[in-house]
Parts: sequence; C-alpha cells; structure tokens
Amino acid sequence: MFKYLKQLTSLVAMVAVLFTFTTETMAAKKSKTLKNTQKKGFVRCGVSQGLPGFSNADAAGNWTGVDVDVCRAVAAAVLGDANKVKFTPLSAKERFTALTSNEIDILSRNTTWTLSRDADIGLTFVGVNFYDGQGFMVRKNSGYSSVNDFKNGISACTNLGTTTELNMRDFFNSKGISYEPVTFEKADEVVAAYDAGRCDTYTTDKSGLAAQRIKLSSPDDHIVLPETISKEPLGPVVRQGDSVWEDIVRWSLNTMIEAEEYGVTSANADSMKTSDNPAVKRLVGAEGELGAALGLDNDWSLRIIKQVGNYGESYKRNIADTGILPDRGPNELWTKGGILYVPPAR
Amino acid sequence: MENRGITFGYGFLSQESSFDVQFSLIEFDGSHSYFRAYLVGLLNTILVSVIGIIFATIIGVVVGIARLSNNYLINRTASVYVEFFRNIPLLLQIFFWYFAALRALPLPQDTEPMFGVFFLTIKGFFVPAFVWNNLDIFIYSIIAAIISIIFIRIYARKKQENEGIQTPVLSISIGLLIILPLLSFLFGGVDASVEVPVIKQLSQSGFTYEGGIKLPPELISLALALSLYTATFIAECVRAGVQGVSKGQKEAAASIGLTPNQVLKLVVMPQALRIIIPPTTNQYLNLTKNSSLAAAIAYPDLVLVFAGTALMQTGRAIEIVSITMLTYLSLSISISIFMNWYNKKIAIKEK
Repeated sequence: MFKYLKQLTSLVAMVAVLFTFTTETMAAKKSKTLKNTQKKGFVRCGVSQGLPGFSNADAAGNWTGVDVDVCRAVAAAVLGDANKVKFTPLSAKERFTALTSNEIDILSRNTTWTLSRDADIGLTFVGVNFYDGQGFMVRKNSGYSSVNDFKNGISACTNLGTTTELNMRDFFNSKGISYEPVTFEKADEVVAAYDAGRCDTYTTDKSGLAAQRIKLSSPDDHIVLPETISKEPLGPVVRQGDSVWEDIVRWSLNTMIEAEEYGVTSANADSMKTSDNPAVKRLVGAEGELGAALGLDNDWSLRIIKQVGNYGESYKRNIADTGILPDRGPNELWTKGGILYVPPAR
Repeated sequence: MENRGITFGYGFLSQESSFDVQFSLIEFDGSHSYFRAYLVGLLNTILVSVIGIIFATIIGVVVGIARLSNNYLINRTASVYVEFFRNIPLLLQIFFWYFAALRALPLPQDTEPMFGVFFLTIKGFFVPAFVWNNLDIFIYSIIAAIISIIFIRIYARKKQENEGIQTPVLSISIGLLIILPLLSFLFGGVDASVEVPVIKQLSQSGFTYEGGIKLPPELISLALALSLYTATFIAECVRAGVQGVSKGQKEAAASIGLTPNQVLKLVVMPQALRIIIPPTTNQYLNLTKNSSLAAAIAYPDLVLVFAGTALMQTGRAIEIVSITMLTYLSLSISISIFMNWYNKKIAIKEK
C-alpha cells in the first residue's frame, strides 16, 4: 500500500513538474513576437518624430519620454536591459501600418485608444499611460478667454490623420461655427504655420500643446484655453493576434504604475524584496511565479522598476521636471485623486 | 492579412467621412462620404496641376526664347534662372515659397488692397467673386462663339487652298469671342455683379475676409513652386527645339519673301514644336506627379485628403494606396494620350 502511495506521489510530482514546465514554455512558444525579440536582442518600438515629454531624441540620439519608458520597460522585462530598444520615429500617418506590417512590435506614440482603431485595423491597445484631452492654443493678444469666444471663419492648424481632426469638426459643428481646418503631416510645420499667423488657433492634445509651445518664437505670447473638448486616453498598441506579447506589454506598463502605488522606486526596489507586504513582494518577484505566466523569469518586474523606475519617477523625469505639465491632473494615482488605477499583479 | 486581423474591402468609401477640408471645388463637409473626399482631393490635384502647367508653359517658353536672345543681359538672366531653379530639390522650394510667403505676407488687417478689391494676406489671396444672373445664357453665348470660330477657320482654310487668299482668322475670332457674350449681356438678360471681400474681426488681434473667393496660401505657393521648377525644364525643351531647326530653313523662308513673323509662325515653329512636344509631355507628367508634395504644406490634394486623412481615419492602407496609385496612373496616361494626339497632329504628314 505504502509502496504504491510513494509511486503515486512521485507520479503526481512528475505531472506537476511537467505541467509547470509546459505552461512556462507554452507562453514563450505561443508568442512569435517574444521569440523574435529575444532572438534579435532588441525591442522594436515605434515612437513620435519628436514630442517633448513623450518621445523625443536629444542631439546624441538618446530617446526620452513617458512613451519611450514603456518600451524600455518591456526591454528590461524581456531582455534584461532597458537600453536594448530600437526606436523608429513615425508620423501619425505611418504609425499603424508600421505596426501591422511587422516593422515594429510596440507602438508607443501618444496614440488615442478608440473603438474603431482597437477593433477594425488589426491593432490591440494594451492600456493607458497618459490621460489627455484636446484643447486650443491662442495668442494672448486675441483676447480669447474661452472657446465660446470663437467666431465664424476662424482658422485652426492641426496635424492630419489624428482624432484631433475629427474632434475639431464635432466641436465646431456642435457650436455652429464655420471654420477653416489647415492640416499638416508633421507637427513642426503645424507649429511654424501657427507661429507665422496662418491660423488663429492651434488645436491638439493638451499635453501636446504644452510641449509644442516651447518651440514657438515667443511662448509667453500664447495661452492654452481652459476647455477640454475630448477624451484622449493615450497608450501603447500592439498587433492583434499575439496575446502573450500583448500581456507582456500590458503588465510592464501596469508594473510601473503599481510600483508607484506601493512606493517601490528604482532606488529602493532591491530592499523591497524583504517587505512585509505580500503585494509588494509579488511585485518585485520575491513571492509567487508571476513571470512564468508571461514566459519570463521572475525578476522581470524588478528589472523594470530598477532600470526604468515607477510611473511617478518617469512622469517627474520627463514631463514635470521639463516644465511641460508640472501638475499631474488625471494622471495621478487613484489613491491621490487621479484616475490611474491598474488591476493587481497577482 | 486575415492572420493579422485586417479586413479588406472598398465598402468604407460610402461611409461618412466625418472630417472637413479647408479648400475644395465641390461642396464638402464631414457628412459626405469618403468617396466624395476622394473627389475633393482629385479635383484639387487637377486644379493645381492645370494652374502649374499653364504657368510653367508660359514661363518656360518666355525663358527658353530669352536664352536664345542676342541680348547678353536677357540671355544671362534666363540661364541663371534655369540653373538656379532646376538644381534645388522641389520639396525645399515648396517649403521655401510656403514659409517665405507666410513670413512675408501681411496679416489681414495690415494688408494694402490692390485696386481696392484684391487682398493678399497670410490667410490667403482674397479676390472678388462674380454673382451671376442667367449664367447659362452667358455660357451658351461663349459656346456659340467657339463653334462659329471653328466654322470660320474651316472656311478660311478652304478659301486659301482654292483661291490663295488669306483671311484674318485671329482678329475675327477675338471679335466673335467679345461680341457674342456682349450681346448676351445686352439682350439675354445676363447680369453679373461683383462681390468684394470684406474684412471681418475674429478677435482683438485676429481678422479675416468674408465674401468673394479665397485662394489659400498653400495653393498659391505650391502652384508657384511647381511652375517655377518645371518651367526651367520646359525652357530647355523650347531652346533645344528652336535650335534644332536648321538655319537654312529660316534663310530659305526669308528668301521667298516671308516676313520675320511669318518665318517664325509658318516655318520655324511648326518644325520646332515637333522637337519640343515629346519632352515637354514628360515635364507635364512630372509636374502632375510632383503636385503630391502638397501634403507637406497642407494643400488638400489627393495625397493629403485621401491617402492622408482618409487613410488614417479608416486604417484601410492597401485599398486607399491602391486607389491613389491607380488615380495618378490614369491622370498621367490621360495627359500622355492627349499630348501624343497633339504630337501626331503637328507631326510631318507624309503625302
């Protein structure tokens, strides 16, 4: 009897070992993108052509920004080094095609999450890394203090092929104001045309207005009107059909936000391994087997926090300290009055 | 494509476009379909190409002849122009003219009206519009004039072949083109009034003009850049064509007593045109294709409206790019068919 019991337990143990082994490799096997990324040794990331605070390259070609940090987090998780990212600057027009045609594996380019984009064209949005809304910039000496002052015949400069173009129409239509849309392919030309006086107002996401204002010849002569005319949840996008890769990107972003929530920073991440809070221990990989479910090792999240930092650090470094949007507004944690709220990592 | 979750189909063309376009020849707003957006883009492409071709031809012919001039100053100026403009990339020239125009043009409130009715401002060139009564009768009168001119030409040719007498066709034609429409004003009840643009205040510092016709600065600078660039190549075609006619032809024509004007019109030009037309056709095609650079400066041509905004809003890259390519192909082939027909018409007719 005991003899059989011993055999039975060893059988159960073997099955259990086999099972965990298969689940571990299944994830890795199922994801072509993960396999290719590990083979290439870098994450292929699509970013903007230069939007300070989100994705912007300095003179030496180093990319910084909150969108850039999402890609760096994935690189830290998957390859162990946040610098193993190849950035591809894309115009608004090129971005989705670049992703669906396999030129890049993550599109992290201040892209608004909408139903038609998510469902119709082979894309999947994995989350929101910046809650934004569309606003208007005008000249101070115009005397405009609100969008209600706009009159028929106003000309508005913006980027073509964005949700901005559609919101602008909805907005002016609902107000019954006739307007002249002047749309450019690149943001630099929009700024130059508005700066020269071609347009009475420049409209895009408010974060974008704040960032581009720095590029105007005299930024202090311009103000952003208080109204927000749309919801613009910006977030990273992946191709449809690779749910493991989708999960990796989603949880890399979630890890950054949850790390801020639990007060884990790049500086104290290592010491948090011995924390009393099991949620914190899970987050830094000291407890549980969360990495295996994603086809990664268990230190993936610790590497993200150590190499890239938590969301708050990333925001402070890229957006607050650069003077773009010092006030976090809705992009504050839910515990502090904002709407950043991510599902628990467990 | 199915693996990547992409669907394929042209059904989106009938969907509501939900975006607006700053300048269009037909009525358009976001409640119209994507197909209409395509038409808007196509018409704008054709518009800027036609304007570009007309001006490029005029400038090209003038400069080409100027390069043959014996006057050193005219000759040199023309060569400097040609060498300068054909050796700078077109996209740079478009940017230059656009942003130079934006820098140089006055704000609507600061502009000096030309002849009291034309207003050239940073927001566009505002010109008076005609408001017509019985426009159709006016158009019929022009058509009638053109038909009678064709008959007179046929008659004049016959008369010259039979009796050797030349008829002053040109002056008769011009006369008809003036008199018939004039009659339609006097007796046809045709009436046109002019609507002059009026300045309008938008804010404490912002102004614009209302009424009349607005030519956006994007159209003006694009047409300018395209014509100045293509004109250099046409000028070279013209120069080559005229130089290609052997000197003996001119001397022979002069020796039988033709006046210098007749030498040019009856002997040199018919032969020069045969050399000029084929390479000029290429330049017309280039200009049409180059007009797609409009997207860089917000002129709503086919590439900006359809392969830009519409592509972005629908995500239907393959469908839209294929339609756009087919459209440019058809445009180019139409131009080349027309020019080939014209070339055949002026070619040597072996009898």
